[in-house]
Amino acid sequence: MKEFAYRRAADVAGAVALLDADPGARFLGGGTNLVDLMKAGVESPERLIDIRELPLDGIGRTEEGGLQIGATVTNSDLAAHPEVRRRYPALTQAVLAGASGQLRNMATVGGNLLQRTRCGYFTDITQPCNKREPGSGCPAVEGEHRNAAVLGASHHCVAVHPSDMGVALAAYDAVVSYQTAEGAGELALSDFYLPVGDTPHRETALPSGALITAVTLPPAPVRSRYRKVRERASYAFAIGSVAAALEVRDGVVREVRLAYGAVASRPWRARTAEAVLRGAPADAGSFAAAADAELAAASPLTGNAYKVTLLRNLTIAVLTELAELAEPAGPTGHDQEGSAR
Amino acid sequence: MITSDPTASQTAGAIILHVNGEKHALTVDHRTTLLDALRERLDLTGTKKGCDHGQCGACTLLVDGRRSLACLQLAVAAEGREITTIEGVGGSGAGQGAGPGSESGGQGELHPVQQAFLEFDGFQCGYCTPGQICSAIAMIEEHAAGWPSAVTDDVHPEAAPQPLTPEEIRERMSGNLCRCGAYMSIVQAVGYAAGARHTHSGPDEGSAA
Ligand SMILES: Cc1cc2nc3c(=O)[nH]c(=O)nc-3n(C[C@H](O)[C@H](O)[C@H](O)COP(=O)(O)OP(=O)(O)OC[C@H]3O[C@@H](n4cnc5c(N)ncnc54)[C@H](O)[C@@H]3O)c2cc1C
Ligand code: SF4
Ligand code: FES
Ligand code: FES
Repeated sequence: MKEFAYRRAADVAGAVALLDADPGARFLGGGTNLVDLMKAGVESPERLIDIRELPLDGIGRTEEGGLQIGATVTNSDLAAHPEVRRRYPALTQAVLAGASGQLRNMATVGGNLLQRTRCGYFTDITQPCNKREPGSGCPAVEGEHRNAAVLGASHHCVAVHPSDMGVALAAYDAVVSYQTAEGAGELALSDFYLPVGDTPHRETALPSGALITAVTLPPAPVRSRYRKVRERASYAFAIGSVAAALEVRDGVVREVRLAYGAVASRPWRARTAEAVLRGAPADAGSFAAAADAELAAASPLTGNAYKVTLLRNLTIAVLTELAELAEPAGPTGHDQEGSAR
Repeated sequence: MITSDPTASQTAGAIILHVNGEKHALTVDHRTTLLDALRERLDLTGTKKGCDHGQCGACTLLVDGRRSLACLQLAVAAEGREITTIEGVGGSGAGQGAGPGSESGGQGELHPVQQAFLEFDGFQCGYCTPGQICSAIAMIEEHAAGWPSAVTDDVHPEAAPQPLTPEEIRERMSGNLCRCGAYMSIVQAVGYAAGARHTHSGPDEGSAA
């Protein structure tokens, strides 16, 4: 690991000024990704600006009836918060499906969004990797790519974004607020991560030196769910996941949100599937048709084609479950749905 | 490049760590993890190094009462926080530094979770055990505070509290690996300790058999 200086920031303006003054500096959240990558030599900042004492650790209601989550809220506090559990249960489920109790106590919301891929070539500095070393090539395309992307990738990089939390945030239409030395700004989560193209090293649309200050959630459909598939029962990254929210009335889909995890360089909002579903009967046939429409754009490699089937099945299973919750008594269940709030 | 503050570019510094109720002043290279500082500088070797990458849980300790990993935490970033290691979870001489929910007693008194690991043989080689115990101590408190887990059916805050079933224990303890595979008895020990806390009764000598 390279030597580095360390400072604790006391307020947002100070943190941003410290980073702005020093292009070799990085913010330190929980450190669960950054410190690990520094050990591996993938990251070698000259200075760390510790942001955990910033007053960004609160969760509160917004005027529109949504929720604002501070950037340094720990993943544990986010998952345990009563308002999150009540109104954004897929977010609680997504966070709890990630990492371990210890890691969630350390990890922050901002750090979770900006964690880097777990692609084994990216974390091994003896290997070429376009994301780490632009122009050096992507060995994953021909090599180990069992957990690589099937949607939105390019031959320059097929890595997936590993966050579970981000998938739920994508389904809930989250907005990321940030601060730079020039002022405050915000980005919808759908615009937050950049398309891969030929610049896999450029991952987000955040301006350089920006500090994420908060994530804001608008009011959400009542019923939502996150489901994750992985190679062991717990404490493993996803090989595919689905965050979904669904409102059904008289057997018809009124509102739907669908996002996929571990299949693209970013949390993948399945807007094509959503368009197929709105106004369609809330049954397995529609759910399958919607998944097929979304996954028609998939371009798997030889070793990860299983993900397309996995995603299709997950989509049908999660939406079916939500539809049954929405209308347990059949197509007249809309009264129950209204009163279940 | 940056300010005129002479400390601004130093890559090492003097820090004070609060460990098990005692203050320790030391100078650390900023690259030093909390794990290495404890083991190599403060001679607190109870906290183990397994993977050094956040993947095994052997280095679990309590920071401000919450379970954390010492291998992914920089010592300099841990300054000012209350650190409790396995050496401090039981009754310490100063009666301080115990984990949440423990009753501090005289020197050498075991924490109920430690006692339960002994009674239920919650280990074989013992390498993962300090991490398992620190993790379990905090996990039992998380559960008692109503935190759901990934296997909790209904995460709604008004839902009935989820009992600490073996399935819940396995999920909540999944961040602690055991190379010896002593999981069966670890789950029993944790379940017993949690139940004992719940009923406010101490561990019963006869119940382990
Ligand atoms: C063994 C292991 C298993 C894991 N399993 C999962 C899993 O199953 N699912 C999952 O989703 N995640 C998993 N994770 C990843 C974990 O969720 C992330 O490491 C964590 O969320 C990162 O948060 P942090 O606060 O520790 O970030 P840090 O490591 O502190 O920072 C990460 C990056 O974000 C930047 N940063 C941090 N905060 C801000 C901010 N406010 N503004 C601007 N930049 C900022 C840092 O400069 C750095 O570049 C796992 C990690 C480990 C080690
Ligand atoms: S997939 Fe992306 S991160 Fe992995 S080796 Fe290729 S360029 Fe690097
Ligand atoms: S040594 Fe810290 S998690 Fe393995
Ligand atoms: S007892 Fe040997 S690693 Fe767990």
